[in-house]
Amino acid sequence: MTETILEMRGITKTFPGVKALQDVNLTVRAGEIHAVVGENGAGKSTLMKVLSGVYPYGTYEGSIHFLGKECRFSGIHDSEREGIVIIHQELALVPLLSIAENIFLGNEQARFGVIDWNLARRRAGELLRKVGLAEDPDTLITNIGVGKQQLVEIAKALAKEVKLLILDEPTASLSEKDSDALLNLLVEFREHGIACILISHKLNEVGKVADRITVLRDGRTIETMEKEQISEDRIITSMVGRPLDDRFPPRQPKIGDVIFEVRNWLVHDPVHPDRVAIRNVNLNVRRGEVVGIAGLMGSGRTEFAMSVFGRAWGTGVSGEVLLHGKPVDVSTVGRAVDRGVAYATEDRKTYGLNLIDHIKHNISAANLKGVSTAGVIDDIRELNVANDYRKQTNIRSSSVYQVTGNLSGGNQQKVVLSKWLFADPEVLILDEPTRGIDVGAKYEIYTIINRLAEQGKAILMISSEMPELLGVCDRIYVMNEGRIVGEMPASEASQEKIMRMIVRGDAREEEEQKVRAAS
Amino acid sequence: MSTETAVTAPTPARDSAQSAIKQNLREYGLVLALIAIMIFFQWQTGGVLFKPVNLTNLVLQNSYIIIMALGMLLVIVGGHIDLSVGSVSGFVGAVAAVLMVQYKFDPVLTTLICLVVGGLIGASQGYWIAYMKIPSFIVTLAGMLVFKGLALWLLGGMSVGPFPREFQLLSAGFIPDFFGPWTVFGTPLHATTLVIGLVIVAAMLWFALRSRRARESHGYSAEPFSLFVIKNAVISAMVLFLIYMMASYKGLPNVLIVMGVLIALFVFVTKRMTIGRRIYAMGGNVKAAALSGIKTERLTFFVFVNMGVLAALAGLIFAARLNTATPKAGLGFELDVIAAVFIGGASMAGGVGQVAGAVIGAFIMGVMNNGMSIMGVNIDWQQVIKGLVLLGAVVFDVYNKNKA
Repeated sequence: MTETILEMRGITKTFPGVKALQDVNLTVRAGEIHAVVGENGAGKSTLMKVLSGVYPYGTYEGSIHFLGKECRFSGIHDSEREGIVIIHQELALVPLLSIAENIFLGNEQARFGVIDWNLARRRAGELLRKVGLAEDPDTLITNIGVGKQQLVEIAKALAKEVKLLILDEPTASLSEKDSDALLNLLVEFREHGIACILISHKLNEVGKVADRITVLRDGRTIETMEKEQISEDRIITSMVGRPLDDRFPPRQPKIGDVIFEVRNWLVHDPVHPDRVAIRNVNLNVRRGEVVGIAGLMGSGRTEFAMSVFGRAWGTGVSGEVLLHGKPVDVSTVGRAVDRGVAYATEDRKTYGLNLIDHIKHNISAANLKGVSTAGVIDDIRELNVANDYRKQTNIRSSSVYQVTGNLSGGNQQKVVLSKWLFADPEVLILDEPTRGIDVGAKYEIYTIINRLAEQGKAILMISSEMPELLGVCDRIYVMNEGRIVGEMPASEASQEKIMRMIVRGDAREEEEQKVRAAS
Repeated sequence: MSTETAVTAPTPARDSAQSAIKQNLREYGLVLALIAIMIFFQWQTGGVLFKPVNLTNLVLQNSYIIIMALGMLLVIVGGHIDLSVGSVSGFVGAVAAVLMVQYKFDPVLTTLICLVVGGLIGASQGYWIAYMKIPSFIVTLAGMLVFKGLALWLLGGMSVGPFPREFQLLSAGFIPDFFGPWTVFGTPLHATTLVIGLVIVAAMLWFALRSRRARESHGYSAEPFSLFVIKNAVISAMVLFLIYMMASYKGLPNVLIVMGVLIALFVFVTKRMTIGRRIYAMGGNVKAAALSGIKTERLTFFVFVNMGVLAALAGLIFAARLNTATPKAGLGFELDVIAAVFIGGASMAGGVGQVAGAVIGAFIMGVMNNGMSIMGVNIDWQQVIKGLVLLGAVVFDVYNKNKA
């Protein structure tokens, strides 16, 4: 039996009007990867904020013991001194500083305030080797991808001599390959005796690496599972409090004629206008059909969608967009919306919502004409619309006057969807509609998608989660490096098949088919 | 279908009432702060502040700041800043002087030309900000220097005046009394002013009641009735008090009419019109607004054109008040205007701010200027105190936001 290094006992944290945590217990053993899972709003982040001292001692009830002594952190500095380091979902790196500068930010390799750059670079190099990142320490953060930035964050934690590493949704914005690399790194750390708390929504990766799993629900500990007890079904049951028979709601597809078609779409990179970013994309979506676009991060899916939606991305765009077989002008966002094309972004905080304003104003934002006469807004009509969509999409909030910045990810996503539903599009492009949201909310989003398809809308859905594409779509396009490299009905698709297309590209796929046909 | 997915939602009615109070808490606080400051100076100045002649002066002294604050509110809510408004108003005053005094232009024509000039200045700055994405701070800082210089050049470094009588009326005139003075308790009162005041209050109450009825008829209760009554009673009392004071002096100044119409217009634009809503959406998250089909560039451009026109109007009023255009006109106005908007609760980051707040903010600054001058506080200490009030108001805002 390995020793326990962290024991949180009876943690209760109350916010005005809400009990965010109620009598939560969590123990972490030396050198284990301990996953904490739960729906959004279950209290995971609050618990981690209590542990890392963001909520100082005295603002919560209960006790924390770390390495045998009781901890009374008054701030994040105290917990870091003890070796507890938290890496938040939103990375805390300064984009225009170098990797080395970021690693030692607030912890500079300095004597009397003068930085020893040689020492800093040498140590940064050592740390980068440890996390398996082959980059020059002088490279600016802004010039490396999110996956590598995540590794820099971990190197930064290592520089602080971390004993317990807390990762909040580390793989949410990583491609599968980068996620795997990150998880392998955690396994490696385990061998060196660094314990890790991993918060994640991705149950498959949790199942892969975790030694134990604690499930939180509604601010309480539901159970802690040992390695041999872990199964996806059991986790889901504990998370949602009921067995979830099917993760995807059933649908009887009623597919009609082609509504939406893109022909020979070609887009150049806005930063390097001589570079072709999207090459000769052809695709179509029929009435009542849900069409998926599979691909890795950076395969050009979002860029393609945004370039179609009012040239919101890219430059030197050529090609045709057809609605009901007729070419339409979608060269500005306003025109695209007017013609009946909507795009719900993958990044709801940056591109989707006005976070300082409330639900009502966000829902009407894309269709103010729908609640106004001659430029004058009808307050009552707007309120009715907002309440109606709040009910339809099941947004959990105190009222439509709640500020969207205070909503959980799933509910924010529902507000974004409501906004576009109210704009009443014929074609709805959904970019990662379930990123970073929990199992229960995902199910609700799928239900909304099904309902829209039933109403005869054409839905184009971009997703990095292949099971989701397989479970929701009727047809799937595969995209890689700005090109469509494959197309198949969902009934014939599998994760392996999609992956193979991505890895090999279309040319080889064709060759292979020829070979197969010949043999 | 929707009934299946409906959760047991808390009654929207009660929550909208609570949030209505919460949302407006700051505005109520601001009104109370203004009343407290006025009472303080009334006491400190031995009753001079509330003398009819002084109240009238207070309005005249602050009219141009308030008019510019209306435009600045839109600029700041839209996520920008305009440092050039002082120089622009000074420059437009100079243009008016040259046209009327040297070229003998008609005052009405001059006024129109000057407003167009203001709009063109706003457009020339807005173009760089909206379409070329140059930060507004830099563009308008440049504009501040450019138009200060142009005003100096235009006036040849000298004061130009006086203006024709009709033009002076813009600032110094009062509305004529159509009904003749009424004498109440031995005081002759300006009858037309009283009538206008009563009509305004009646209209305000009627609109407030009507919108409340409309909400109730759709099953939403607006705010607790007691709160509704108190709020409207306080506002009506303040308006009537001001009107009574004006009536017992020379009646309503022309400027106050212009100002009142503009305030009402901007309240309507920001609260009820789609263009107002779009400015808030743009200031809150410009990328999300653009991806919702809002033409953010054109909107930014419009906001600066509007600011330019209002700065021009303010410049005309100020010139008419002094009855001369001086190279120093407009100096430092931008700071008072920006301070008024921030005291009124706008956020530097954009997306937050109310017209009513900006107007009350301007009055708070104005009453402090006026009160301290009467008390004989030196100009140096006046600056210190005004600066601290600005800081205090914003600290109060940030503190409240963090607590919530």
